Amino acid sequence: MSILPKTNPGPVSKPLPHDAAKLHVTGAARYVDDIPMPAGCLHLAFGISTIAKGQITSMDLEAVRASPGVVLVIVAQDLPFTNDVSPSIHDEPLLSDGSVHYVGQPLFLVVATSHRAARVAARKGQIEYAEEPPILTVDQAMLADSRFEDGPRIYQKGDAAAAIETAGHIVEGVMELGGQEHFYLEGQAALALPQEGGDMLVTSSTQHPTEIQHKVAEAIGMPMHAVRVEIRRMGGGFGGKESQGNALAVSCAIAARATGKPCKMRYDRDDDMVITGKRHDFRISYRAGFGDDGALAGVEFTHLVRCGWAQDLSLPVADRAMLHADNAYAIPAIRIESHRLKTNTQSATAYRGFGGPQGMVGIERVMDHIAHDLGMDPVEVRRVNYYDAPAASPRSISEKVKDNTTPYGMEVSDFELHGMTAQLLESSNYEARRVEIAAWNKGQDRLKRGIGFSPVKFGISFTLTHLNQAGALVHVYQDGSIHLNHGGTEMGQGLFQKVAQVAASRFGVGMALVKITATDTAKVPNTSATAASSGTDLNGMAVKAACDTIRDRMAAFLAQRHQCDVGSVRFEDGKIYVGEEVLTFEEAASQCYQGRISLSATGFYKTPKVEWDRIKGQGRPFFYFAYGASVTEVVVDRLSGENRILRSDILHDAGASLNPDLDIGQVEGGYVQGAGWLTTEELVWDGKGRLSTHAPSTYKIPACSDRPDVFNVDLWGGQNREDSIYRSKAVGEPPFMLGISAYLALSHAVSQFGDAYPALDAPATAEQLWSAIRRVRDGV
Amino acid sequence: MEITFHLNGEEVTLSGVSPTATLLDWLREDRQLTGTKEGCNEGDCGACSVMVTDDRGSKALNACLLFMPQLNGKAIRTVEGVSGPDGTLHPVQEAMITHHGSQCGFCTPGFVMSMVTAHKNGATDHDVQLAGNLCRCTGYAPIIRAAEAVEDLSVPVWMTEETAVREPAPAAQNNTPYAPTSSDELATIYAQNPQAVLVAGATDVALWVTKGLRDLDNVIFLEGCTDLKQIEITPDAVRLGAMVDMNAMREAIAPLHPSYGEMIRRYASQQVRGAATVGGNIANGSPIGDNPPALIALGATLHLRHGDTRRSLPLEDFFVDYGKQDRLPGEFVEAVSFARQPDSMRCYKLSKRFDQDISAVLGAFNVTVVDGVVTEARIAFGGMAATPKRASHVEVALVGQPWSSETISAAQAEFDKDFTPMSDMRASDLYRLESARNLLARYYAELNGETVSVLEVVL
Repeated sequence: MSILPKTNPGPVSKPLPHDAAKLHVTGAARYVDDIPMPAGCLHLAFGISTIAKGQITSMDLEAVRASPGVVLVIVAQDLPFTNDVSPSIHDEPLLSDGSVHYVGQPLFLVVATSHRAARVAARKGQIEYAEEPPILTVDQAMLADSRFEDGPRIYQKGDAAAAIETAGHIVEGVMELGGQEHFYLEGQAALALPQEGGDMLVTSSTQHPTEIQHKVAEAIGMPMHAVRVEIRRMGGGFGGKESQGNALAVSCAIAARATGKPCKMRYDRDDDMVITGKRHDFRISYRAGFGDDGALAGVEFTHLVRCGWAQDLSLPVADRAMLHADNAYAIPAIRIESHRLKTNTQSATAYRGFGGPQGMVGIERVMDHIAHDLGMDPVEVRRVNYYDAPAASPRSISEKVKDNTTPYGMEVSDFELHGMTAQLLESSNYEARRVEIAAWNKGQDRLKRGIGFSPVKFGISFTLTHLNQAGALVHVYQDGSIHLNHGGTEMGQGLFQKVAQVAASRFGVGMALVKITATDTAKVPNTSATAASSGTDLNGMAVKAACDTIRDRMAAFLAQRHQCDVGSVRFEDGKIYVGEEVLTFEEAASQCYQGRISLSATGFYKTPKVEWDRIKGQGRPFFYFAYGASVTEVVVDRLSGENRILRSDILHDAGASLNPDLDIGQVEGGYVQGAGWLTTEELVWDGKGRLSTHAPSTYKIPACSDRPDVFNVDLWGGQNREDSIYRSKAVGEPPFMLGISAYLALSHAVSQFGDAYPALDAPATAEQLWSAIRRVRDGV
Repeated sequence: MEITFHLNGEEVTLSGVSPTATLLDWLREDRQLTGTKEGCNEGDCGACSVMVTDDRGSKALNACLLFMPQLNGKAIRTVEGVSGPDGTLHPVQEAMITHHGSQCGFCTPGFVMSMVTAHKNGATDHDVQLAGNLCRCTGYAPIIRAAEAVEDLSVPVWMTEETAVREPAPAAQNNTPYAPTSSDELATIYAQNPQAVLVAGATDVALWVTKGLRDLDNVIFLEGCTDLKQIEITPDAVRLGAMVDMNAMREAIAPLHPSYGEMIRRYASQQVRGAATVGGNIANGSPIGDNPPALIALGATLHLRHGDTRRSLPLEDFFVDYGKQDRLPGEFVEAVSFARQPDSMRCYKLSKRFDQDISAVLGAFNVTVVDGVVTEARIAFGGMAATPKRASHVEVALVGQPWSSETISAAQAEFDKDFTPMSDMRASDLYRLESARNLLARYYAELNGETVSVLEVVL
């Protein structure tokens, strides 16, 4: 705890631009592939499998070796130590050990004098296989009992089945919910520079430098201290660079070790999409019982989760889907059964929301179905089921007090959505528009508009509790300039700038004094992935601790030197007020240096209050919840299923924002990415397990004109009720789920064509909508 | 081959240029100008956008789809070259910072180049200008705010001084890569060397190199054949040279047939349309190219040339079968023409995404109604068969009938006879067939003055 009195908050909460914005717009921002190539640098490419399942019976690589520019070809047997790039249970060989588990699996590694030479050679392998029938779908996996863990994971509260039967009304259904390609604009990339004594310096486009360090160390048979991993920035991550960069970094290190040369690897876009994992697709079955007012009595969910061939992060992803099966609703009785299915497809991995979005879509679909069944406004059904607001908030006396615990036994004590919903409905003019839309639709035969509302309650913290820690390293140099380092990685989200604002504020200086530096495992060890929206919460706190340590040392020294009470020393506006003296920060730093005061400190933070038993499904996995709400309006064409978002209104809870403009950027971008997931972004595999949509020509993320015509985004001006960094809230993942309102608006629009419930699958592509309209209108 | 061009204001002369080295690789690997990014290497993301200027003006193009020989005589500007000589940022760059238009920053150089080019050209249809630039972080809203903020700001002096090279390197006519400067030269060279690959805008051929990893050693670049870039509009006919790019075609077509113009707006992206040519889109024979069905619906005639021999044929007859066209070795597309006619043409493009997406179904309808009776019907589809194809049975069911909903219903039933579409990652066979049927109903409704497209609904 700092001994200092409150100071001017400084840059915190200011809407500063991204720290690298000027570098971005001038092309000067360097990504891994932009680093000037070291002399003699070699380039790598994988030869990949063309079948989904089977055994390699022969691998003739003569033509590969003879291909121009090829220096070395590496197969599994050549690997000096481990053959594993899994982030979890060592089930992911870097190069096939003879078994093939999906189309696109790396079989051999080509090392050549150019990127193109490596790619050309990698296609020349003559591989023969004994093919086996692959397991591609969840149905096939269930039939074959092909799964991770012994059986399904089940979380429950109360007796859901009994509650449903006695509730009065029941809806049930099945929904297919597609996966999603990350489509970070910068593909996976890594560069390894061999050092003296077998050490390795690796630059990797990764959200998880420590994981890269760990896997590279294992692969080259060295302790972690021999491997240093650095990353200044990624060109987008979204979860896709949490574990998927391992294969490239390890390959580079192994090739660098073997050749003594710098080695670089980057995936061509098609290879990237074919090789790496994506968001898990789900089949969600539901059965819900509810009363005349729409209040849920009980819900049962079954999640069939297609995890792909290796475990990767699938267990915590599937857990988080279960943990968001309630979303914003106090459900008296609930049962969630989750099957983590092993299939011969890419190993599905982390993606923004980490299962949360899938779990949330399940209950939002139930809400939509209930509202349709009762003919109620879907917003009302949601409000009836909301968790109660915290007791301190005004609440009508007649209102029944709910059991405000989640299905996993955590008390919801910071529920913001009553106030947020009211404000958003007002600002978006929801009621009047619903009436106007209904009137407009009456006069239309082919085009119908629809409006959808969805709330978000997203749990903040890693559910693997020990990951909730972070470190920082701060130096103040004798000229007063500040070197800032922490374990978080920058992928565009503005983490570095927000944390730099914290550092500047702690010292009471302007941003120009703070140098943001590349994430580096040699500076801060044992870091967690920049994931789970935790970057600012964890690293901001760690940096604050480091800065405060230095600041307190400086204050104590200066107070003594200038003979005043240490409690009166203030760091403000780039100056230090010491008794009657006013020093510039530079002067103070210089005096401290000459007074032999240590001006370097580490900082450490661990999230309080969290504890969680994932097997029982009980505990407090989250420090707090972040909230949001959105209203989306769409129009749909019956003849073609073509559709468009006309307007979106969003109110999002970033607590007391550290940088409102950067946070709004996360909200806008998250919403569009979430809406893309549920509309145009369709992954298609053919009957042999080959991904047909392996390039932006066939996989369609939102383009410029797909953003809403009218797009109103605002932040809820609250504060985090928990003691987070400056009472702000995590903002990386939660806004993604605001896109669910686009799906719900489409459902509403489709429902205007007839009486049946639309029961839309996702992504709700034009074809999917056309098909749903036929069902609803014509019973086809 | 030797080429001369301007790069960020400096003259560059290169000799021994490989015919299939891309501008993107050259910038990044040989020139260490790494601001221009590789996002997809197939022209779909725009991260490699650069500004290319010649006598016809400036356009944004994808550097991954440009072979170096195509640059001879041009001026190239990359993201490193848009700030002023003293480091003053371009207004677009300033606005992108102020409006938070970058997050991860990887797509940003491409956006900046598209925006700088649009700004130079005075274009403010931002969604159109930027349809070929993908951003995964921002949701585009702040980028559009930045684009709007600079609309009224003047073009910096250093951007107005961009000029093409006065004396490009002399074109090679005797050895590959050939670079003829007229269609006559092309005719001679190609007749003598019919195995050569013709490269027009390279938006297709470049993928053979970047994705197919092919080396092409016998190439004829058509870029220098400026006489093939002519558009002739007379009171009777419209004639488009084979090397007319799709942006130029859009400009020419939109006043005559607005629906066709709107379809071309959605055809690929600004960058791809700036390179892709009318002739290339026909000659490659793709069953999913958007232009041939529309031209067929207009009754277009294709003009082919071999040496000094010319012939013309109805465009639909050119497409014989999948991958097979009625074109002799050494024969090339010279132009396509169609008669001026009253506009009853409507084009409907169905795809997962509105902009820059390959069609699942492209329907082009051109029905003439006189005194309430259909006198002529030309209806053609892309994405429904192995070639662009007319809906002959549907046409027969319409001609001679009253223009009524009953006639439409009857004609809709004929689609099964014309088409047996396939299922792929873009759409199922059922959707293709049924939505094609529905598009006839849409056409009928639209000619009756009804609102038919979700794109027309504005709050």
